[in-house]
Amino acid sequence: MTGPTVTLMAAVAVLFATGFHLMLQRSLVRIVVGFMLLGHGANLALLLAGGPSGAPPLLGGKDDREMADPLPQAMALTAIVITFGVTAFLLALAYRSRLLTGEDEVQDDVEDRRICAEERADPDTWTGDPVEGNQEPSRRDEPGGGESGGSEPGERPPGERPPGGGG
Amino acid sequence: MFTLILLYAAAAVLVPWAAGRHGRALGYAAALVPAATAAWAIARAGDVADGHDDTARLSWAPALGLTIDFRLDALAVVMLLLVGGVGAVVLCYAARYFPSGPRTERLAVGTLVAFAGAMTGLVLADNLLVLYVFWELTTVSSFILIGAGHPERTEDRRAALQALLTTTAFGLVMLAGFVVLGETAGTYRISEIVADPPGGAAARTAMVLILLGAFAKSAQMPLHAWLPAAMVAPTPVSGYLHAAAMVKAGVYLVARLSPAFAETGLWSPLIVSVGLVSLLVGGVIALRQDDLKRLLAYGTVSQLGFLMVLLGAGTRTAALAGVALLLAHGLFKAPLFLAVGVLEHEEGTRHAYELSGRRRPVLTAAAALAVASMIGLPPFLGFVAKETALKAFAHGGTDAAVLAGIVAGSALTVAYGLRFLHGAFGGAADEEGRPRTPWGLVGPVVVLAVAGFAGGLPTGPLDALLAAYADTLPAPHPGYELALWHGLGLPVALTLVAFAAGFVLYRAFGRTFPAPPVRWRPPDAQDAYDGTVAATLAAARGVTRRVQTGSLPAYLAVIGAMVLLLPGAGLVAGLVGGTAPRPSADRLSGWDEPAQPLLAGIVVVCALAAVRVRRRLSAALLLAGVGYAVGGLFVVHGGPDVALTLLVVETLSLIMLVLALRRLPDRFPPRRRTTPARVGTVLVSACLGAFVALFMAVAALSRTAAPVGPAYAGPAKEEEAKNVVNAIIVDLRALDTLGEIVVLAVAAMGVAGLVLTGPGAPPLGERRTVRPGPTRGMTGEPSKPPPEPPEGRTRWLAAPGRPPLGGSSVVLEATARLLGPTLLVVSVYLLVAGHGRPGGGFVGGLVAGMAFVLRYLPGGKRELALAIPVRPAVLLGGGLLVALASGAAGWLIDGAFLYQTTYHAHAPLVGEIHVPTTLFFDIGVYLLVLGLVLTILTTLGASLERRPGEGRDGGTGDGAEKAARDVAGEEPR
Repeated sequence: MTGPTVTLMAAVAVLFATGFHLMLQRSLVRIVVGFMLLGHGANLALLLAGGPSGAPPLLGGKDDREMADPLPQAMALTAIVITFGVTAFLLALAYRSRLLTGEDEVQDDVEDRRICAEERADPDTWTGDPVEGNQEPSRRDEPGGGESGGSEPGERPPGERPPGGGG
Repeated sequence: MFTLILLYAAAAVLVPWAAGRHGRALGYAAALVPAATAAWAIARAGDVADGHDDTARLSWAPALGLTIDFRLDALAVVMLLLVGGVGAVVLCYAARYFPSGPRTERLAVGTLVAFAGAMTGLVLADNLLVLYVFWELTTVSSFILIGAGHPERTEDRRAALQALLTTTAFGLVMLAGFVVLGETAGTYRISEIVADPPGGAAARTAMVLILLGAFAKSAQMPLHAWLPAAMVAPTPVSGYLHAAAMVKAGVYLVARLSPAFAETGLWSPLIVSVGLVSLLVGGVIALRQDDLKRLLAYGTVSQLGFLMVLLGAGTRTAALAGVALLLAHGLFKAPLFLAVGVLEHEEGTRHAYELSGRRRPVLTAAAALAVASMIGLPPFLGFVAKETALKAFAHGGTDAAVLAGIVAGSALTVAYGLRFLHGAFGGAADEEGRPRTPWGLVGPVVVLAVAGFAGGLPTGPLDALLAAYADTLPAPHPGYELALWHGLGLPVALTLVAFAAGFVLYRAFGRTFPAPPVRWRPPDAQDAYDGTVAATLAAARGVTRRVQTGSLPAYLAVIGAMVLLLPGAGLVAGLVGGTAPRPSADRLSGWDEPAQPLLAGIVVVCALAAVRVRRRLSAALLLAGVGYAVGGLFVVHGGPDVALTLLVVETLSLIMLVLALRRLPDRFPPRRRTTPARVGTVLVSACLGAFVALFMAVAALSRTAAPVGPAYAGPAKEEEAKNVVNAIIVDLRALDTLGEIVVLAVAAMGVAGLVLTGPGAPPLGERRTVRPGPTRGMTGEPSKPPPEPPEGRTRWLAAPGRPPLGGSSVVLEATARLLGPTLLVVSVYLLVAGHGRPGGGFVGGLVAGMAFVLRYLPGGKRELALAIPVRPAVLLGGGLLVALASGAAGWLIDGAFLYQTTYHAHAPLVGEIHVPTTLFFDIGVYLLVLGLVLTILTTLGASLERRPGEGRDGGTGDGAEKAARDVAGEEPR
């Protein structure tokens, strides 16, 4: 009975898989849920790493089984509370995002998208002399970059939405 | 020496601040600092020339070998004379040159002082790393100074940036060289390295790297482009930069390390060849310039090449010529720049063909003196230096080529020197009448030019000083001394050749302004710099385009994939290869306790369902299901503390989620991912879960050492604590806990900051009602009168407002009223009991928070405002303070932070009382956690009530009622 228990391991595996899967979504609430699932998975993993179950780590108790390892428990306890605090923070972020964009979704970074789009539109943009190169690129290429950023999918990773498309 | 550096630092800060009020006077006062430096150097010169070096040392982190060493030797004295003397004169000039008042000019004067200070530190440093720090300080100062004239002009900013990029890029290369050299030598002290230079390939590599830095700093071909570009700087800055600071740093470094490496095969040939190229090409380009400052700048490139040749050659005579020329160059280049500055100041241009050619006898005479020293007319210091230089290479072999180069370089110097005089002062006077002489500007020019003249006259102390440095190098001609006249010989003949050739060159190429265009323009160093910058930017954009897609899920997926790829592949390889213990069936157990499979099953089902559901609320409820089941697993496993905490946290989280979800649409937005992306996501997630489980299994089976956890039971017993987990949290690993509660406080502040500020935040007046002030809480008088409660409603609550979830429930109100105080008592019990039974500050604080949640749910923010007499922020800060104070008390008890002990007391009726000091720490935790919960309620919760009828959500009121129904109807279990 010294080995790790398969049921706990299965639970940890499912928690990590579902948690990570939800964190890969774009809805902030899903991300929060995923984060909390990951937190549960991590706490269970801590417990699993501490060895088999046992008596509660209370000295002078009546339980005569071997005491469970108290150190992972202490770690898990503080981890739980911290997960709670961070979850609150994430929810506040979701609230703020909702307030600002009307969406609780993680949008693609518009600036990065613009760079991708404008490079395809005008591959020779950056071979010019550096006098212009020192200026803000956003000033120079606003018209072309803005238009192409909104309209064409091109090399975008599969499944990602164009920026602003869902608003 | 430390005082001197600090004096510079103080002056650099004070001058711009005070110059606004006292104007010019302060510019002159600032000149006192470099003047004092020069005076100090003169005072110490005698001793130093006799070989008594001054040293100073400050141990900063001796354990790491970090010390700040300064050393004043002969070379440092020579440099200090330049840095201090020229610096003082330039500052006097600058006080008059800059119109007093505008911010940039004041900044420029202050930065000039800092520049001089950085150079002073650089030449005094006796530690490679200290030298590097001052080296980069000069770079930063020059960056500010070059752009100081017209920061609004693109050209100026570009020039400043170019100087910064070139010198810092190669400065980093030099730093790498310093590190290699220091590690090879086993010390970073320059004096020790010079005394016992390391050899071998590593030292040679270090040498080349260091030289690259020195070449870039001293504007040697082909890294010189920044120097002519930097001519946009105000003239005093250019003058100082060329004569004493910045570019002299590279030459200084070569001079400093020459005694160590002169005998190494690579050192001299490398420096001499680079120096010769710069000497000749710089001279040729100078001869073609119309802009007087650019002419002088290329002249500097040329002269610096000459200095490199002399100081890198590694013989005593050459070094003697080198330091003499170092001094001479400072004394003739500075007045020439300042003279151009006067012309520009008076006429508004520095292009030779635009100058009016008015008669300026004093300025012309002073500039002529300086040029005479530059081209090496006797009896100037420049002549003495050049004679010595010719002597140093006047003995055949490969030196003959160098000698030829020097003669050619001297001829070019003569030619562009004459061109400068012609261009600056030789124009046809188209109008008569003497212009007024700005003595404040001309005076410094005269002073420096005369100093160059005086330096050439035989002076014992100066010669002794220069010889003291030169003696550190091997001497093929011992005993050679600086003198005006060594008798007829090869050097004199060559000097005459150079003069003649120079005059011919001037007549042939140097007399026309503007210079005629050239048919074939060779590739320019400026093009190379521009190309490098453009290529770097293009490459950066290329990388950004490919790597930085801007999609957060994509980034996360890459992280997950990397986890699988590296540690995951390693794990599988270990399993396949048989190096890792196999998780075989006989060593794994199905379950420890019979309840485990059931609870784990709930976890698995709820988690999988949470992925599938489309409604936000369902996801939240399933999440709670997972949480409660995990709590059950903790109970079964033997962790009552953890389970207790988890259950309370789950409840709070659920409430928090429901509160937040009220603002959001009922359903998740439809997924828009394409099928391949969806499959990829699932695949990565599933593999990650499997990897974690496999890793856990292998790690658990690989355990060889006994776990440390049970060993905590002993110390816990000593502390008379029965609950080992709690003892670990508040006592044995209390420092960790302290860090964790700080994280909680930060998270709480983040929540408040996100919700209560920015666009959409409530105006300040309204915010008051959300966050109850202490006075209002105590008097029970909200700022706005509470609305009358609806008819026929029981007054269970003190000030019922709008319930956050809509509707009203007498049951809930009654429960809140009755259960709230009970919960508070329970929370205090948990806090106190934590020492011996399950409980503690964390769970106590959470339960106390629950009491207020109960009050909030039916009563809304107004009720909450009445229920808590203090702001949550006070609880957060107070909790942290209590925890810190209880930790600090440990210092008083046993001299250790967070030292804990137990006091015993005997109370009459109660009996024996144990008061562990950990209790106070736990109280801090309790208050802080309570503060966190209340922060969440007053921000996230209260923000939801703010605009209850907001239409965008499709009617929040309806949604809320629906949500309430969902709570009732969709309970998963």
